[in-house]
Amino acid sequence: MIEIKDLCVKLGSFLMKDTTLDVRDGEYFVLLGPTGAGKTVLLESIAGLNPIKSGQIRLKGKDVTFLSPEKRNIGFAYQEHVLFPHLSVRDNIAFGLMRRRKTRREIEEAIAQVAELLGITDLLERKPAFLSGGESQKTALARALAIKPDLLLLDEPLSAVDPETKEATQRELKEIHNRLGITTIHVTHDFEEAIALGDRIAVLGEGRIVQIGTPEQIFRHPNSEFVARFVMTRNILEGEVLDSSEGQSIFSVEGTKLAVVTALRGRLHASIRPEDILISRGPLHSSALNSFQGTITRIADRGSVIYLTVTVPPEFTCLITRRSFEEMDLREEQKVCITFKASAVHVF
Amino acid sequence: MNWRAIATRALTMNLMKVVFLLLGVVILLFIFLPLFTMTVSSSPSQLLDTLRQEEVAGAILLSLYAALLATVVGFILGIPLAYLLARHDFPGKGVIEGLIDLPIVIPHSAAGIALLFVFGRRFLLGSAFHTLGIDFVGEIPGIVIAMLFVSIPFLVNSAKEGFKKVDVRLENVARTLGASPWQAFFRISLPLARGSILSGTVMMWARGISEFGAVMILAYHPMIASVLVYARFEAFGLDYAMPVAVLLILACLVIFIALRVVAHRWETR
Repeated sequence: MIEIKDLCVKLGSFLMKDTTLDVRDGEYFVLLGPTGAGKTVLLESIAGLNPIKSGQIRLKGKDVTFLSPEKRNIGFAYQEHVLFPHLSVRDNIAFGLMRRRKTRREIEEAIAQVAELLGITDLLERKPAFLSGGESQKTALARALAIKPDLLLLDEPLSAVDPETKEATQRELKEIHNRLGITTIHVTHDFEEAIALGDRIAVLGEGRIVQIGTPEQIFRHPNSEFVARFVMTRNILEGEVLDSSEGQSIFSVEGTKLAVVTALRGRLHASIRPEDILISRGPLHSSALNSFQGTITRIADRGSVIYLTVTVPPEFTCLITRRSFEEMDLREEQKVCITFKASAVHVF
Repeated sequence: MNWRAIATRALTMNLMKVVFLLLGVVILLFIFLPLFTMTVSSSPSQLLDTLRQEEVAGAILLSLYAALLATVVGFILGIPLAYLLARHDFPGKGVIEGLIDLPIVIPHSAAGIALLFVFGRRFLLGSAFHTLGIDFVGEIPGIVIAMLFVSIPFLVNSAKEGFKKVDVRLENVARTLGASPWQAFFRISLPLARGSILSGTVMMWARGISEFGAVMILAYHPMIASVLVYARFEAFGLDYAMPVAVLLILACLVIFIALRVVAHRWETR
């Protein structure tokens, strides 16, 4: 669908070098990386908005490296959803359609269709200044989708959406993708978002792609210190959410049952921050619902803090300070208890 | 902090504002008083009589008309430059921005002389235009270029600030939606910068109407209003010059208040 080969882009003092990337037809592809990694630059380059220094971009087998953006038929939605402030939601969506010499009727139909899909039919006459974060996000998406693009580029689409609606919007994105089957490249700095949405993930750091793979490959086998550090900020588990006999949600992973707080059910992911896990030599008497015994299988010394891998199974990465590490006199192969609250587990 | 400290602080804050207010009033009166005194010291019948003189009405209309022509030319040539300056950084940009401001800082009689050196019939552009049947010295085109020269900075600078405020990503999105660079400019950038552009245009027109020095060097005749005021003052004294001056001020006032109202409506629409 889209092949990027040895792409170099220089923008001011920023240099993106030797980027090679293949995105398959219909794939939901996530570009993951910290701020300043060059995610937006790469996205803009694919859209034709940045001058290319060297390399090649092919879209549907056609070389588009130097094709102007208006001839690429790529839908683009920016981070803050930059809507045309002087146009109503309807005219924002109509903008791309009007550039395509469609009849009035075709335009009206296309607007109605995409507005229906995103549930913004009631907002069509509003000006962008009167929209909430979620509403303008949907409008920006509708505007990009209305032109029936060959490729959809989303730059941090969930960052300006408030946390409560974020998960719902995330699911909506996935649904829309499943329904329309548009090849999508989604940029984010949020590892959980990447795992929840991506068929494949490319991890970007300082202007270059560090690793490409399925979410499983990335979080099980990070190929470098950079990716590992990015991944290690969370324990990511894959399992199934079930109802327990007491009506509590249970996340079942590799035979271990974690108490969780969620309304979701089915095969999902769960994440726990390493710093939310408490380590003790014996069982703790606390109100926390999750307490397991495991074996220390790896010790990663990071100076003032230490990352421990405790295998129950599954493996949990835990963070403790050097001081408590020395006080507890921990060693590999040692049996310890890990404890964390049900609310510390995020299911997605 | 105790009560006394708070009271002292409130007093000093207020004292500062009182001083600032007084100083501000001085400058406001300085602008307002001469204009007001002159306007009220001329009787309506005297003004009407003056306006009936063909020479006076003609001069005022010529001022408005020539400044309007200068603004139109300035708009066509200046808006693209403003856009380029707002969107691009390049070596020597500061020099160009300084060049744009130059007409504001040089004496306008000197500017008129400089213009003569290019647009005079014996000089480069002047002779070229002469073959096309356009002369500048002592003609309306001369008035127009003199006004254009001294007033273009107002439009370019204001439009530049306006374009800078338009998020470049809006243009980017427009491009990905299928807009050519021209369409992105005319449908997105220009409408979104319209407030600054409109106020710049009004300022440019106003500055053109008020120009005296450069116009007098290039075209004493046909007379625009500011030149007529000066000519009458020189030849007949204050009493003859004043009604013309008042009429010019009133004409400008009516037009600019009207434009301000229109612009405000447009902005808040």
